[in-house]
Amino acid sequence: MIQLKDIYRDFQVGDQTVRALDNINLNISQGEYISVMGPSGSGKSTLLNIIALLDHPTSGQYLFNRQDVTKLDDNALAKIRRENIGFVFQFFHLIPRLTAAENIEIPMILAGINRQERQQRVMQAVASVGLSDRAKHLPEQLSGGQRQRVAIARATIMRPAILLADEPTGNLDSHSGIEIIELLETLNKQGMLLIIITHDHHLGKRAQRQIHIVDGKINFEK
Amino acid sequence: MTVSDTFFQAFLAIRAQILRASLIVLAMSIGIASVTILTALGESARSYIVNEFQSLGTNLVIVLPGRTETTGGQPPLFGETPRDLTLDDANALLRSRYIAAIAPINIGSAPVSALGLERETTILGSTASLRRVRHLSLAEGRFLPEIESEKSLPVCVIGQTIKNQIFIQQKALGQWLRINDRRFRVIGVLASEGESIGVDFDEIVVIPVASAQALFNTESLFRILVEAKSKSAMYKAVTDIGKIIKARHEGEQDITIITQDSVIGAFDEILTALTLTVASIAGISLAVAGVLVMNVMLVSVAQRTSEIGLLKALGASERQLIELFLAEAAMLCLAGAVLGVLVGQFSISFLQILYPEFPLSIPGWALLAALLVSLTTGLIFGVLPARKAAKLDPVLALAKR
Ligand SMILES: Nc1ncnc2c1ncn2[C@@H]1O[C@H](COP(=O)(O)OP(=O)(O)OP(=O)(O)O)[C@@H](O)[C@H]1O
Ligand SMILES: [Mg+2]
Repeated sequence: MIQLKDIYRDFQVGDQTVRALDNINLNISQGEYISVMGPSGSGKSTLLNIIALLDHPTSGQYLFNRQDVTKLDDNALAKIRRENIGFVFQFFHLIPRLTAAENIEIPMILAGINRQERQQRVMQAVASVGLSDRAKHLPEQLSGGQRQRVAIARATIMRPAILLADEPTGNLDSHSGIEIIELLETLNKQGMLLIIITHDHHLGKRAQRQIHIVDGKINFEK
Repeated sequence: MTVSDTFFQAFLAIRAQILRASLIVLAMSIGIASVTILTALGESARSYIVNEFQSLGTNLVIVLPGRTETTGGQPPLFGETPRDLTLDDANALLRSRYIAAIAPINIGSAPVSALGLERETTILGSTASLRRVRHLSLAEGRFLPEIESEKSLPVCVIGQTIKNQIFIQQKALGQWLRINDRRFRVIGVLASEGESIGVDFDEIVVIPVASAQALFNTESLFRILVEAKSKSAMYKAVTDIGKIIKARHEGEQDITIITQDSVIGAFDEILTALTLTVASIAGISLAVAGVLVMNVMLVSVAQRTSEIGLLKALGASERQLIELFLAEAAMLCLAGAVLGVLVGQFSISFLQILYPEFPLSIPGWALLAALLVSLTTGLIFGVLPARKAAKLDPVLALAKR
């Protein structure tokens, strides 16, 4: 499903070049459960952003469903993101002025789905993350764990094949962290490809495939 | 993303920042209100003056003695004084088949008195046709009788002010009025014209033209008012007048002919230009409002950086983001325009109460233009912030919390 070949990502900082990704080669198939670990600044987020089509590699080839996506224009990339990729962030990134339900609705609005169907799917989504009674609440009225669940409902509302999570438990206590991981794993069991970045080795070990990155290189894989 | 969704999301974003939104709406409404008010004032002044000129008469042509040179050139070698316009000249004009009526006019100043009261006033010598040509109406009695213009007759028609000052609380009709050392019987009183351009008929005494010539001891006329048979006949009448006078004045066309049209046209042009100038100056405030829109939208984009990054991550294209921000700017500007038009309309109604005799109204085109201009300013000045939002790097935008 995802094929990365000789991926490099360089950042220009002043007159210095920082190599965030250094010759990454990776093949990922449908429905896998992968954790990405490594020290801070090793390039984990950069890798995930490239997979999510939010960032472009400096060189190398990226095949998404066998299609070379390095040459696509903004519109086409936006469409792939909208239909195939869900993203969960460490800092939730909910829009503060919108209720939980309205936040979850956004991807469907962008996709041009009609109001009726949106309403229906939002109801299902809030129920599936156990927040039916919180649908009308604003993000600030929710706990961290609840916010992340809203974010997960939003990431999966378009039923994407891929779910990417960059330290989804980084801002949560261990109890709600476990709950979030279990929720993500349930989604993976339903067939969604799941990639989680984490600093927590216990959580990382739960994945079938564990990738360790150091200095922008894949150090080892389990 | 459907259009209604775009506008609804933009509306939610506006609602979340009421202060910012009201600032834009306020600036825009001040600009729109000042443009509409000033246009209304200018437009009303124009139609007021044009109306005044139109009420002077219909298809009016004015003939003045002497030629005003507009072409420059050498002054004539022999000091040439223009011939006077005489009553015979005036009567000769009736030969043209494009002319419906003429009123010769002789004017001078003299003391008038009756019942021991005296004042100095303007005496106007003319004929019965003056009433028709100049659209005069009477309050009492009748106008000058239809007699040959060479005949003098001791009768006069007086204006309202003269009546009130000389014949205080008395019947003026039938009384004798002394002008210089001659006596004239008052046969009519003019209706008050209200405010009018040119001669104030309230302050005037009208007598037969021959009597005026005798009174002021002059053969020459002050001017001749001519009514052409129709609007299209006016220019043919002008040619005829030129020819007739030229034939009578030994080949010299030593007169000046003014058509009512050309005067109205000139004023119309000047006042329209004035209105547009004033409106454009007020338009500067719209540009200022536009810059403010841009500024506030830029701040909004900066504040919502992470939201924009998120929308991109959720699959928003650059175009969708531009549409979202433009919809926001457009809604704010339209709200400002509507408010501004209301404020303008309200102020105009208020002014109308203060000055009921002055016809005030906001012309329809000004309303339409105000709405269009505010919308265009909003969109033009909204494009830059919207593009800035669309071009944000999602990774960097998301990194900012
Ligand atoms: N926009 C950028 N400009 C310059 N350098 C960058 C930029 N983004 C990332 N880097 C650099 O690239 C390297 C990898 O960063 P990345 O954010 O991928 O690390 P990470 O593994 O996610 O770290 P952490 O665990 O702290 O989140 C770092 O050295 C970082 O300084
Ligand atoms: Mg990171």
